[in-house]
Amino acid sequence: MLLNRLVRIARRDWREWLVFAAFVGPNLLLFGIFTYYPLVQNGALAFSNYNLITRSGQFIGLRNFETVFGSTQFSKILANTFVFTTVSVLLLLALGLMVALLLNQKLRGRNVARSILFSPTILAGAAIAIVWIYIFDPRFGFIYAILRPLGIPSPKWLTDPAWAMPAIIIVYVWKNLGYATVIFIAGLQAIPRELYEAARVDGAGALDRFWHVTLPGLSPVMFFLVVTTILSSFQAFDIINIMTKGGPVNATNTLIFHLYELFFVQSSAGRAAVVAWLLFILMVVVTLLQVRYLERRVNYA
Amino acid sequence: MRDIALSTSSDQRTTATNRRVWQVTQRALGYMAMIAVILIIGIPVAWVLSGALKTNREIFSTTPQLLPLNPNFDNFGKAWRAAPFDRFYLNSFITTLLGAGAEIIMAVTTAYALVFVRFPKRDWVFVLLLLALMVPEEVVLVPNYLTIAGWRMVNTYPGIVLPGASIAFGTFLLRQYFRTLPLELIDAARVDGAGHLRTLLSVVVPVAAPAVATTALLSITAKWNEYLWPLLITTTEDMRTLPVGISRLLDQEGNTEWGVVMAATLFVIVPVMLIFLYAQRFVVDGIAAGAVKG
Repeated sequence: MLLNRLVRIARRDWREWLVFAAFVGPNLLLFGIFTYYPLVQNGALAFSNYNLITRSGQFIGLRNFETVFGSTQFSKILANTFVFTTVSVLLLLALGLMVALLLNQKLRGRNVARSILFSPTILAGAAIAIVWIYIFDPRFGFIYAILRPLGIPSPKWLTDPAWAMPAIIIVYVWKNLGYATVIFIAGLQAIPRELYEAARVDGAGALDRFWHVTLPGLSPVMFFLVVTTILSSFQAFDIINIMTKGGPVNATNTLIFHLYELFFVQSSAGRAAVVAWLLFILMVVVTLLQVRYLERRVNYA
Repeated sequence: MRDIALSTSSDQRTTATNRRVWQVTQRALGYMAMIAVILIIGIPVAWVLSGALKTNREIFSTTPQLLPLNPNFDNFGKAWRAAPFDRFYLNSFITTLLGAGAEIIMAVTTAYALVFVRFPKRDWVFVLLLLALMVPEEVVLVPNYLTIAGWRMVNTYPGIVLPGASIAFGTFLLRQYFRTLPLELIDAARVDGAGHLRTLLSVVVPVAAPAVATTALLSITAKWNEYLWPLLITTTEDMRTLPVGISRLLDQEGNTEWGVVMAATLFVIVPVMLIFLYAQRFVVDGIAAGAVKG
């Protein structure tokens, strides 16, 4: 009797496990092949002189690290990545918050405006980059058309080292502003009304309410935005490759573009792997900061 | 006594008026922001449309105008002939269908298994998926290229689709959603003798339709817009997807035919725009909810 029951339970469990394996297996298998294993392989590649064309390589110790970190352009690339990320994140936070605050009232057509603002987020970066090359064109572009009647010459946006980075940042912020705004509006709507009423009863003015109710209430959403925006700005490749190819004279060369350049222009898998590791470590640090922060929030809540 | 009473009531009146003035200003600022937003997004879009409708003569004039003088559709025909756009469309459709299809199916089955199928150490499997969320495709680009090259899949559809076919973020979203479903619903189906696959298809997916739709839309737009991987893994013109294909219309010497190129970018943008117009509330609300609920 008992044995029969045990066998029956075991058989049922066995069947559940099979279903589990069938449902989860393909996804996990693909992650194994194209996510986990490549991380290990990256580690090995970083110490080899693997060549894409000859498809062979040997262990060469730290040579790839020396070449990558020792190159004269590398500090420029790090600085570019830092400037691009910091300025983009700050602009997105400031503009996104401003627009969200203004749109977060009972206005006619507010949802339409929100969707319009959001639309560039879902469009192909490649197409947006092409459109903006035409807008920035110093001879036939929109900005030229606007500035000409005023007698102001248009900057040579994409061919002038001083203007290329600002141009890339403008396009990136333009594409992602809707995302930041939508998240901020959601954050604003999650702040309980009673907090505002309580502050008002206590005689707090509009500015006080902003500093002591709105901003603290937004802090989780703001943190989420900072992290997701930093991570996605590290991955901004399509805009840079199409608009400037990292130039002029490395003015817009960032880590992700450098990775591409090392692999597909210089055919050096090893050096590209070194940059991939650096990029990965930076991203893990940013993600861990988020996890730490979320934990703290849970503990103190 | 009377004086005091008077002064307080007039004070109250001024604060009331002040608040009223503040409210009106705030609303006016709100409408101004709306107009600004529409201009900021609308002007580049208008520039694309007008560029696509202009003749070369207007585009390369020394005094460019915002609106085309005599709009015509010649650029669309020229753009279509400038590159094998029929192939680009076909390639984009196939890779999006296969890539997003695989992602959606695996997101639904994985999330279902993680919530409703009994398995020891189920949470460890979940952690394994969460870890994958932290590895962006750019980091594993080089090894994946070598793997695909080793399988002789460079410049093939499986080569474009396979490395991006697994899905962590959508699985995560759906798992959170499935956990909010009442267990009685699933138990009732199971008692009725439905297997897991039937329960999944006829109970869970219909109930979770909004979440599945959001995941599907995000997945479809991401695949349609993908640039870096298809750029690397395709080597001939007839295997390019739309985003990669149009970027090759740009002239490296700077003599780009802007009218033709603007018409071509519309080929890429319009399908996604139509889906978005139809489903924008879904997408926007879905993304917002993800951020607030964490």
